[in-house]
Amino acid sequence: MRDGETAPVQLRLCDASGCRAAGAGALAAALGAALEGGGGQGPRPRLKPVGCLRLCSHGPLLALDHGGASALYGGLTAEQVPTLLAIACNHPGGHDGDRDPRRRALEAHRLDSHHPFFALQHPLVLETCGLVDPTDLDDALAHGAYRQLQRLLATATPAQVRAEVRRSGLRGRGGAGYPTGLKWDTVALQPPAPRLVVANGDEGDPGAFMDRSVLEGDPHRLLEGLAIAAYAVGARHGYIYVRAEYPLAIERLLRAVVQAMERGLLGQADPATGFAFVPELRVGAGAYVCGEETALLASIAGGRGIPRQRPPFPAQAGLAGCPTLINNIETLAALPALLRMGGEAYAAIGPAACPGTKVFSVSGSVVRTGLVEVPMGISLRTVVQTMAGGVPGGIGADGGIKAVQTGGPSGGCLPAALLDTPIDYEGLRALGSSLGSGGLVVLDHSCAMPELARHFMAFCAGESCGKCIPCRAGTVQLADLLERLMQRRATAADLDLIEQLAAVVQRTSLCGLGQTAPNPLVSTLRHFRHEYSERLLPDEPWLS
Amino acid sequence: MAVVTLQVNDTTVAVPAGVPLLQALAAAGVALPTLCHHPRLSPVAACRLCLVELEGASRPLPACVTAAAEGQRLRTDTPALQAGRRLIVELLFAEGNHPCAVCVANGDCELQDAARHVGMDLVSVPYRHPSRQVDASHPLFLLDHHRCILCSRCVRVCDEIEGAHVWAMANRGSATRLIAGLDQPWGTVDSCTSCGKCVAVCPTGALVAREDVPLGRWPTP
Ligand SMILES: Cc1cc2nc3c(=O)[nH]c(=O)nc-3n(C[C@H](O)[C@H](O)[C@H](O)COP(=O)(O)O)c2cc1C
Ligand code: SF4
Ligand code: FES
Repeated sequence: MRDGETAPVQLRLCDASGCRAAGAGALAAALGAALEGGGGQGPRPRLKPVGCLRLCSHGPLLALDHGGASALYGGLTAEQVPTLLAIACNHPGGHDGDRDPRRRALEAHRLDSHHPFFALQHPLVLETCGLVDPTDLDDALAHGAYRQLQRLLATATPAQVRAEVRRSGLRGRGGAGYPTGLKWDTVALQPPAPRLVVANGDEGDPGAFMDRSVLEGDPHRLLEGLAIAAYAVGARHGYIYVRAEYPLAIERLLRAVVQAMERGLLGQADPATGFAFVPELRVGAGAYVCGEETALLASIAGGRGIPRQRPPFPAQAGLAGCPTLINNIETLAALPALLRMGGEAYAAIGPAACPGTKVFSVSGSVVRTGLVEVPMGISLRTVVQTMAGGVPGGIGADGGIKAVQTGGPSGGCLPAALLDTPIDYEGLRALGSSLGSGGLVVLDHSCAMPELARHFMAFCAGESCGKCIPCRAGTVQLADLLERLMQRRATAADLDLIEQLAAVVQRTSLCGLGQTAPNPLVSTLRHFRHEYSERLLPDEPWLS
Repeated sequence: MAVVTLQVNDTTVAVPAGVPLLQALAAAGVALPTLCHHPRLSPVAACRLCLVELEGASRPLPACVTAAAEGQRLRTDTPALQAGRRLIVELLFAEGNHPCAVCVANGDCELQDAARHVGMDLVSVPYRHPSRQVDASHPLFLLDHHRCILCSRCVRVCDEIEGAHVWAMANRGSATRLIAGLDQPWGTVDSCTSCGKCVAVCPTGALVAREDVPLGRWPTP
């Protein structure tokens, strides 16, 4: 939010996990010390910790807001702090600032905020991430937090809220792309009984950090989305399930819950509707499968995180047998912006079959790794090449990219030749990949596809809950067979067996983990089969 | 109680609405191997041997938990189902150590029955020869982990019928293991009533009565 000339000079320092790992803590300490002892010249700039500023590879990131404009710096250290503060305080460093070597050194850290990486972003879920102080409720309120919840409580019935979400065409961002409005109706229209809502923040896909960024950047946004969902389906109680590997997200979320409850934004009955919503936090214990909704419910209930056969779906019978709505963190965090715009306006973004924006975490062999929020339907190429810059030093039309892995261990790989594919659920699925939850890993030509498949298969074998036979016993066999192939000890018969096993594991496993575990294998077999066949032992005709 | 009619392969049968499809299969005279299912215990749909194809469903469904409804058409014998069933049984044989010839359950084993049912003549996946343990700490019974297929019948019977909660599963994936009490020798678990129900429902020779305890000489706790 910019208030033009009256806006205070402020330094927004990214204080999310990525930049913390890159040294944001030391930078914050240096800035703090300098500001403390900074002498009395003019108004002091305010140092504000914020959520992810997107370009994680260039961290620690810092944005300087000054006179209505904003400059973004990357990779700063304590050394540049005095020069930075001099600019912030409008003190040209010496007689001619531009020639000052320290100024030029600082300029070298300046990032081009008109670069497509920033310019092509369409922040809705993340519209406040990087602007608000995630620890400060007043700041969140100043940026519009809880305004949609209060407006809807005052002016809309639950059925009207659901209708608006149906109109928006929003689909679940947790991976399956299930229509959110339809799921809400299914929960709301069950026979009378208590209902529950659950926010799924297990985010176990390697290379995915969308949900973490939402929680670290503006936890109130999730709380508002969850409360809106609760109102829409008639729930009074909800759970937020966050994986234990996200300590900063948990800390901020917990603080946000306390703040919102103390301020009466949550937990107290709304005077008009009587609606009161109490969220509770649950921390995972390190199992990937607990992101699967029935395992998640078992885990919340205090049992082992083991999936069960659906139906009944959680929307029919979930926690304690009550109709339970489970939505992904990003799905819920999209709601405040969606409802502010209205369903129709949201539906106008991106393709009709899957509208809206999607957050992707881009990583792997690319120049710019980080977080992007873009309209659905944008091409993979725009994201990984135009925005992220392709492989460092990569040459050729595809920027040195060999393939893009989407959807983590349940997703697949698309070769560079298919980079112009628009990103949407059905499009990627038709090509044997899947959008998944939003992890995009860029692979260069040094990556062997069978090794990638082996890696993901070993991951799934290790994360299989062990309940059903095809997944428990099939994934280990597949991982071992792929290992054998990588050692060039596999025969054509072994490759046949790999394909048969993959098909059976996909078809017969109980839950989504086993059903999708062979996807990276199957998609790389589809697009890169020669990499498998060239590693096979030559046929031994006398054996057959 | 409402009665529904549905089609199993090409036979039309009538069953009470909502019962597991296994009952419809039985009515049609179709038998499928079932390893995790037990008629007295809650269903878990874990072994995946009873999968059937239901017209209109995107993937095969387990007959042990899927509810019978009017007009369903199901098939139990498509090539994909048969191939899947066989491979699942092969996976089980490769996963544990099942040398039938030297097993006490030889001839009285549901895993063996399943293998015969699916026509398993060889195991196409590599044997894993896991290194497992035998728990001979209980005065009356024996637990041989080599033969355990993790069907969880013992866990359920002890929980749902005996109410003693002796058994549970520990770890995950291929490291999953049946444990007694707090992962301690079975014979040291105080809550075990020595009722023998787990032994009775075990489909293989994993839980057996000890042959060295003469009948009538059961130690009293
Ligand atoms: C193995 C497995 C892991 C999953 N992990 C997650 C996860 O980390 N976060 C998530 O939101 N959904 C995850 N899902 C999907 C959930 O089961 C569920 O579909 C989703 O939370 C529904 O929310 P949505 O409709 O908003 O997408 C996972 C599914 C499977 C099978
Ligand atoms: S598919 Fe895998 S994770 Fe899912 S229930 Fe079966 S063993 Fe567990
Ligand atoms: S008997 Fe149905 S899955 Fe085991």
